Formats: sequence, structure tokens, C-alpha cells
Amino acid sequence: MAVEPGPARNLVRLGLDPRKWDCLVALVGNPNVGKTTVFNAVTGLRQHTGNWPGKTVTRAEGAFAHRGRRVKVVDLPGAYSLRAGSADEEVARDFVLFGRPDVTVVVVDAARLERNLGLALQVLEITDRVVVCLNLVDEARRHGVSVDARQLSKELGVPVVPAVARRGEGIGELLDAIAAVASGAKHAGSRRTAPLAPEVAAAASTLEPLIEAEFPGLPNARWVAVRLLHADESVAAAVRNGDIARLSADPEGETTDLGKGRVAADCPADPPARLGEAPSQTDAERILQEATRRRWSMGPGLGDSLAQSLYGEAARIAEKCVKRSGGEGGGFERALDRWLTSPATGFPLMLAVLAVVFWVTIAGANVPSAMLASLLIDRAHPLLLDFGASVGMPWWASGFLFDGVYLATAWVVSVMLPPMAIFFPLFTLLEDFGYLPRVAFNLDSLFRRTGAHGKQALTMAMGFGCNAAGVVAARIIDSPRERLIAIVTNNFALCNGRWPTQILIATIFIGALAPPAFAGLVSAAAVVAVALLGVAFMLAASWLLSNTVLKGEATTFSLELPPYRPPRILQTLYTSMIDRTLVVLWRAVVFAMPAGAAIWLLSNISTGDVSLAERFVGGLDPLGVLVGLNGVILLAYVIAVPANEIVVPTIMMLTALALGDPAIGAGPGVMFEADSAAEVAELLEAGGWTLLTGVNLMLFSLLHNPCSTTLYTIYKETGSARWTAASALLPLVAGFVTCFLLAQAWRLASGA
Amino acid sequence: MVLLLVVSESFMPGPALNLAVFAVLAMGGAALLWPGSGLMARARRIWRMTERVRLEDVLKQMHKLEYERRPVTAASVAEGVRMRRQQAASFLQLLESKGFAMSPAGRFQLTEAGRAYALRIVRTHRLWERFLADRTGVRPEDWHDEAEAREHQLTESDADELALALGNPAYDPHGDPIPTAAGDIPAPSGVPLGTLKPGQHAVVTHVEDEPRDAYRELVAAGLGPMLRVERLEGPKGRVRFHLAGVKREVSAAAAANVTVEVRSQTPKRPWSATLADLALGRSAAVAGLSPLCRGPARRRLLDLGVLPGTVVGARFKAPGDGPVAYEVRGALVALRREQAAMVYVEDVAPSGDGP
Repeated sequence: MAVEPGPARNLVRLGLDPRKWDCLVALVGNPNVGKTTVFNAVTGLRQHTGNWPGKTVTRAEGAFAHRGRRVKVVDLPGAYSLRAGSADEEVARDFVLFGRPDVTVVVVDAARLERNLGLALQVLEITDRVVVCLNLVDEARRHGVSVDARQLSKELGVPVVPAVARRGEGIGELLDAIAAVASGAKHAGSRRTAPLAPEVAAAASTLEPLIEAEFPGLPNARWVAVRLLHADESVAAAVRNGDIARLSADPEGETTDLGKGRVAADCPADPPARLGEAPSQTDAERILQEATRRRWSMGPGLGDSLAQSLYGEAARIAEKCVKRSGGEGGGFERALDRWLTSPATGFPLMLAVLAVVFWVTIAGANVPSAMLASLLIDRAHPLLLDFGASVGMPWWASGFLFDGVYLATAWVVSVMLPPMAIFFPLFTLLEDFGYLPRVAFNLDSLFRRTGAHGKQALTMAMGFGCNAAGVVAARIIDSPRERLIAIVTNNFALCNGRWPTQILIATIFIGALAPPAFAGLVSAAAVVAVALLGVAFMLAASWLLSNTVLKGEATTFSLELPPYRPPRILQTLYTSMIDRTLVVLWRAVVFAMPAGAAIWLLSNISTGDVSLAERFVGGLDPLGVLVGLNGVILLAYVIAVPANEIVVPTIMMLTALALGDPAIGAGPGVMFEADSAAEVAELLEAGGWTLLTGVNLMLFSLLHNPCSTTLYTIYKETGSARWTAASALLPLVAGFVTCFLLAQAWRLASGA
Repeated sequence: MVLLLVVSESFMPGPALNLAVFAVLAMGGAALLWPGSGLMARARRIWRMTERVRLEDVLKQMHKLEYERRPVTAASVAEGVRMRRQQAASFLQLLESKGFAMSPAGRFQLTEAGRAYALRIVRTHRLWERFLADRTGVRPEDWHDEAEAREHQLTESDADELALALGNPAYDPHGDPIPTAAGDIPAPSGVPLGTLKPGQHAVVTHVEDEPRDAYRELVAAGLGPMLRVERLEGPKGRVRFHLAGVKREVSAAAAANVTVEVRSQTPKRPWSATLADLALGRSAAVAGLSPLCRGPARRRLLDLGVLPGTVVGARFKAPGDGPVAYEVRGALVALRREQAAMVYVEDVAPSGDGP
């Protein structure tokens, strides 16, 4: 048989190799029901989980052995339904349907059983190889809710396992239940699905015989009929090409052995030959045409009617299984919500929390940054140079490797690592606690007016730490238009790599204007003003995008406010280190190395008697002066595109180079930092800097293209070169225009 | 190098001139690129206005007139497609020579081929409007113009593919029937909104999207197909009615563009208000979702369990005119005001707590 067997082919299409395990388990559930915690508890992995609806955007996979069998677990994105409303839900639906897992584990939140049962019932319509994991029973108990798992199991006709995944309770039982269902052990009771409204049932009944005649043995012909009536494109396509028949290739009882279904899938002789063939074109088309005709008579309310019967059944089941004991346990949470979201206290608390996070980050990062710098730059760098000399490396080789590549990388690591290692865990703790969704809730009216989503407040805050991380965080926004806006405008949030530049320049040029007693305060205020200006630019850019190019993009708003949950501090430290800090740092290092090489080469390759760097500085100078900057600054921003952290050292090196005084600096292509701000000021003033240059540098540091790490991340997240280019050009144009206008106004006012 | 410096010196003629040059450039750029009315946009519109497009517009107008049982004359055609009467007359003659129209006894009418052609254009237009309404965030008042451009670009098989992807919809978002691929279309029915007597109940079947200003007024009043209305007493020149428990009114001229079907019996449970009117701390049962809540937005509400019969409690509100947190089936869900206004509720319960 030439045609590759269906399930295996589908799995390959979904990116999985079916030969590597004996049993495939899919995890599905509403957003924010602790699905990822269950995944971690089952597989022992430490995937990051947040107290956020919509966390698992891409699929996570893990494997473990249970009683000698290799079990593969796939953690699917959180979904409210299998009707494929968002990209996430499509991933989840396609996998449950066409990935044909041996067991589908539906994770439900015991405290919100009724809402969660909607999804469970939809999964049961597709397959009865289901285990329901009743998670968060402790939280439910706190709220005075208890769920009768045995009754629920009877109602649904599948095993139900109560669990507290974060403490590992019930995980053993869950594994046993998975193994039992996978091995085909029959469960007492019959599977329960939602009844249909009469007119839908009637239409489905006329389709069912047609489908059954074409695909005999299909366990869920009724479900297929309803999906066709509902104009479900992927099910219609599966009917057309015959894939739908494979849903029947694994009826209960056929696979008593765990691995058999999988082996059968690999072995072409095993499934009946006709299953591998597409149905004759006309038969499939006849079914689809009949579905279209029926749909015509049913009116537009089918989606509503299906949802209604689904949730009606969910409510009936919940009624039978859920007991509420008098006292509503949520008094504390309600009070907390009132405090955190009321106009009088919400904003002050929010600002206080943010201020503390930034203060701890900046203050806490100073010491480890200085230690790293002294270790990597002051000690290791000379050692490397000595080593180069001792093994007889030519000057250009040791210069290129140690002064160029190594120094740039060391610089990025020492400046970038400590703040990120402090900022991200703090942020993650707030996230786990459930506070961040409240911030989005508070700020939504502001962002709504610009056509954006309240959750953009969070991607922005994340951007204050690192724009690349902020871009990734935009995944929590499930409306495509608002997500794009959040990604493209994230660079207007002044990131960690730019704070040191701002602080240094503000101290030299603006703090110096004030009396010494107030100098610190004034320069701090200037930096905060620049950051706020960035927020204003972000809002304006969001408004511009949503009213022009993104006017027609589909938009929905949904923001679920999860219950407060005590954060787990140690695990948070570990996972935010792995997930965010190291990933971002790695990308930055990868980009910093070639930049270091480029900086060194530019400064050391000469044509005639002038180095390339000086030539470029001279070429860029007219443009730089026109916008109130200079050629050195522009060149520094061009070659330091990998990381904003190395802009200041590059400027210093280039200024020293341009001055041509060998007494200043560490030599061509060797970045350096002065010991004090006064020393920097001296050098910059020698380079012709004025107050205008300083102010414009602060503005340009805020308003220029994102670093290459962020650009790469934007490209990965949007998959579009156009949006990546837009994200680079938008702030760059804003920066040039702003600096230009300020420079002209400045010169007019000062009568130049 | 030196040359460059000299050049740059001569190009640094002082900040005032710099600003002036910048202003000129900025204004020029805006005039060229401004969306909708910039030179580029105008040029594109003229580019698209080929003879075929105008011919198809005339065909469509003829079909519209016949469908509404109005006479097809050069004047009535010219009025609908914004061209001079003489021009319209020459296009009618051209259509006749191509076999799409005939004029027995001096009255123009479509031939079979002409009607099929016209219906194909109408089908594409309405399918595209449906697409814009269901799958994009384009504003209702922009649907028509976008579809006007698209209807001439999509081929017949494009239209069929679009129909399939949309689930072969039967009506466009204004309530107009979408012709089938075979060219079937039901006859018009219903009466204008203004002809209802006070106290009469009706269901909106069609909201005409031209002229644009009148349509904007109707959209602002919340009117759309499938909504239930009750006519109320009102001043002369205005049409006042109940929509979802809220009193609204539109001008008589605009009301003439709304077609309704009279319902003899009054609805069983009159909708009293929307979720947006629900006071904090109170709960109410959902009576239904507004038909104007479409596509992904509607699906999201359904998936969250906001369905007829669900008891929803308003819990707390974000500062300013921010969203409100509602308790829905045990979960806290924030909805923006415009979303909440799409959810009709009934018998606002006095109790402070949900289920």
C-alpha cells in the first residue's frame, strides 16, 4: 500500500515521531486550571507556569516511564472550547482530533467545575479514551466547594481523579487511571455528551446514516454530522480526503495492549486496507452537499444553540456533583480585589509595587554587576591578553579575539545578567500571585482608547526589563490585532540595557545644572521623564497602528481574573532563571560576539592613514549634527545594534579614537569605561558635546530601533519580515524627527 | 572628506530654514500617503474604475431596481451609481448590445444572462460584507465601500471558496439574502420600520447601508438584522422604539431604510436591560446575546459560558470607564462596556450574590 497509514502521517504532520513511545497522552484544559502544573508533576519537568490564562502558547512535550512503558505527554495550549476560536484552541483541537492520542487527560478546576465541564463534554464527543483530572481541590475546599468525584465519574462515564498537582497529590492515581484507559480497560458507566436542540438533532439524524454508510465503524458519526452542519472547515476537509475514517481505526476493545494501537499504525498490513484510501470523491461531496443544504434551513443560531446545549448539560452535571458548604471562603480575596482595583487605592498601590520592583532591580544589580565586571573585564581580560602573548599570537589575532569578541561579550553579560536575574523572578512572583491580571484590568481603559489591550500594560512592564522578553510576553494577548500592536510598540518601553546610559548622561549633563544637593534628584527625575515619554510614544504608536494599517484586523477582548494563589518562591526563581533570563542572555551573547568583532575591525582596519571607524564617523557627522547628535553617536548605535548595553563603552572608545590622543582610552577597538562620571564628562566635552547633545542622546537612546536580539524575537513571534521592519523603522523615524525638531527649536531659542 | 564637510556646511543654513524644509516635506508626504484621501489612495481608486467595473455597477443597479420593482430608466440607474444620465444611457445601450439587457417597448430589463451576471456580483459583494463582519474588525460603515471594490476583483471560484469558508451564509450582515451559486434568491418581504403602529412588535430583517450617513445613524442607534423592536409613540418626523429594553429613536428618513417583519405575539420574556446597565453587586440572568455581536467576539462570550439562562453577577469595576469584572459560572471575567452592552439580561435579581 503506497499511502502511509493515517495516524502516523498525521502525527508526523503535527511534528511528532510515533516510534519513540508506547502510549501518547494529551493534556487539555481551560486556561489557568493548573494544566502545566499537572504536566510538570507527571513528567518531572520544570516548565514555567504562570497564574495567567493562556500561558502555554506553543505545545510542550515530555516523556516518562510508567510500569515499563514509555509514555509521551503533550501539554496542549489552554482552550475554552474545541471550536477553534483562537490559534491556541486550533492547536489543541487538531491534536485531540487528528493526533489521536491514546488517552486525553482533561484537567478541570474543581472550584469552577461548571465552566470547565464545557470543554470536558466537547472532548467526550470526540473520544471516550478520557481521564478527567479534578485539579485544585484544595483551593475549592478553601472556597467551601467540594466535588463528588465518584458521582462525576458516573455522570461522565470516564475515570475522574481528584488532585492537588502543585503538591503532587493524586498524581500516582492519575498515572494509574491513564494506564488503565490506555490498556483498554472498560470503565463502568456510559459516556455522557450534551444533548442537541431538536432541529439540530433532526438535521444531524439525516446526515448520520450517510456518514456511517461511507465510514462504517466511526464511533462519533453524530459529532461529525454536527461539525459539518456547523461548517467546520477542518472536519469537512477530513471528510473529503478520508482522514475522518481513521478516527474509527481504534475502537475500544481492539487494543487491549498498550502499544498495539501504535504498532498497528506503523504496520501497513494491520488496518483494513480501505481505511487508507480516500473515499470516492462523489460520496464525500454528497455528504458535504447534504450538510450545506441542511444548514440552510437551520438559520444562523447554530453556534449559540450548540453552546447552549453544552453548557446546559454542564450545569446539570455540576448541580449533581458540587456541594457548597455555607461560608463563601472568598472574603479575603474580595477585599483584596477591592483594594487593588478601586480608583482610590488601585493606582497608588500599583505605582508603589512597580517602584519597589524597579528600585530593587537597579539597587540590587549594582553590586553583582560591579563584581562581574571586575572579574570578567578587569581580571580575565588582561589574563587572556597575557595568555595570547605567551603563546605567541599575532597582535591582530589577540586583538580581534580578546579585545573585540571577548570584551563585548563580557560587557553584555556583566551589565545584562544581574538586573534580569532580579527583575524577572520578581515579576514572575507577582504573576504567580495573580496580581498582574488586575494591573491589566486597571489600565484597560487607557489602552482601549488607543485600540490596544489592557494586557499590553504587562508586556510594557516586561519590556522595562527586556524588550525581547516583552515581545514574547505578548503571547498572553489572544486577539491578533492587539497582540501585533503590543509587539511592534514594545520597544518604546525603556529597557534595562538603556537605563545605565540614561542615568550616566542625566548625571553628567542635567544633574550638573542643579545645585549639587539636588543633582541626584534632578537627574533621576530626568530619567523617569524619559521613561514616561516612552510610555506616551507607545500609546500614540498604538493608536496610530490601530487606526491605520491594523484597522481591519479582527479583535476580541477577554481578560479572566484568576483567583489569588500563593506563589512558590524557590520554583519561581529556578524557572524564571531558565525560561527568561538565560534564554534572553544566550541570544544577546550570540549577537554580541559578532558585534565585538565588527567594532574591533572597524577601528583597526585603515584605508590610507585613517581607520574605517573614523571615516564612518566623518560621513555620519553632518546628519548627526543636523539632528543635534554627532557622528560618533550614530556610528555607535549602528555597530552596537546587538545590545544597548555596549553603546556607552563604544561611544567612549570612538570619541577617544576620533580625538586621536593615545593617552585616552585603552586603544583602538578596545571598549572601556571611565572610573567616574566626571572623567566621562571630561572626555565627552573634549569631543564637542553640549547640553543639547546630552538631551538628544537620552531621547535617541529611548527612540531608536530595537536591538538585534529583540528584532530576531519579533521575527520569530510574528513570522513576518514586514512587521519586523515596521518595528525597527517606527521608533527610528520617531527618534530622528524628535531629535531634529528639538535641535532646531533649541538653536532658534539660543539664537545660533 | 573635506568636500563632504564643505557640502554639509553649505547645507546647514540655520534652524529656521531646516524647520521650513521639514514642514514642507511632512505636508507633502501626508498629502501623498494620507489614508483615504491622499494622492496615492485617489490614484488607486481611479485606477480601479475601469469600464468593466462601471458596467458591472450598472448591471447591479438594474438588478436592484428590478428586485425592488422599480422602473429601470437611465435616470434611476444614474442616481444609483453616481454618474450622469447620458453616461448611464450609453452604458445601458452597451449592455443591450452585449446581450445582458433588452428594451422591449422602451423599458429596460435584464436578460437571463444579465441577471445571472448581476447576481454573481451581488453574491460576491454580500459574501465579502459577511466576511468583513464576521472575521475582521472593519467598522460597519466601512463594509460597503470595501465590498464595492472587492466585488469586481474576485472570480466566481474565489466567491465559492469564500462562501465555503464562511459556512455558506444565507444573509449578509445587513440582512440582505446572499444569492446561491446557482443564482437563487428569495423575494423581498417586510415593511419599513416607520409604518409600524405604536405598540406593534417586529423583527428587523434588513438595514440598508446606503446612503452612508443614514446608515451611520442606524448603526449608532444599535439597529441590526434579527433584533426585536417595539414601536413607541413619538414626535413627528422621528421614529421612537424600544430595543432591548432601551428607548431609542431615529429620524423618519433613516427609519425608511429599515425593513421589519411584524410579529403578532409579543415576546414571552421582554428583555429589560443589558449587562452594561447592571449595578455592581447585583446579579441577573442572561436573556440573549445581541445579533450584532458577531464572529470571534460572539464565540468568545459563548465559550466563557455567557448564555441564555446563565446568572451573571457584576462584582467590581476598573477605574475610569474601564471594564467590569463579572462572575460567570464561578470564574471572574472582565468585560468591556461595549461587550456587556451586547448581552441582554432579564429580571435583575435583588440578591447580592451569584450562584
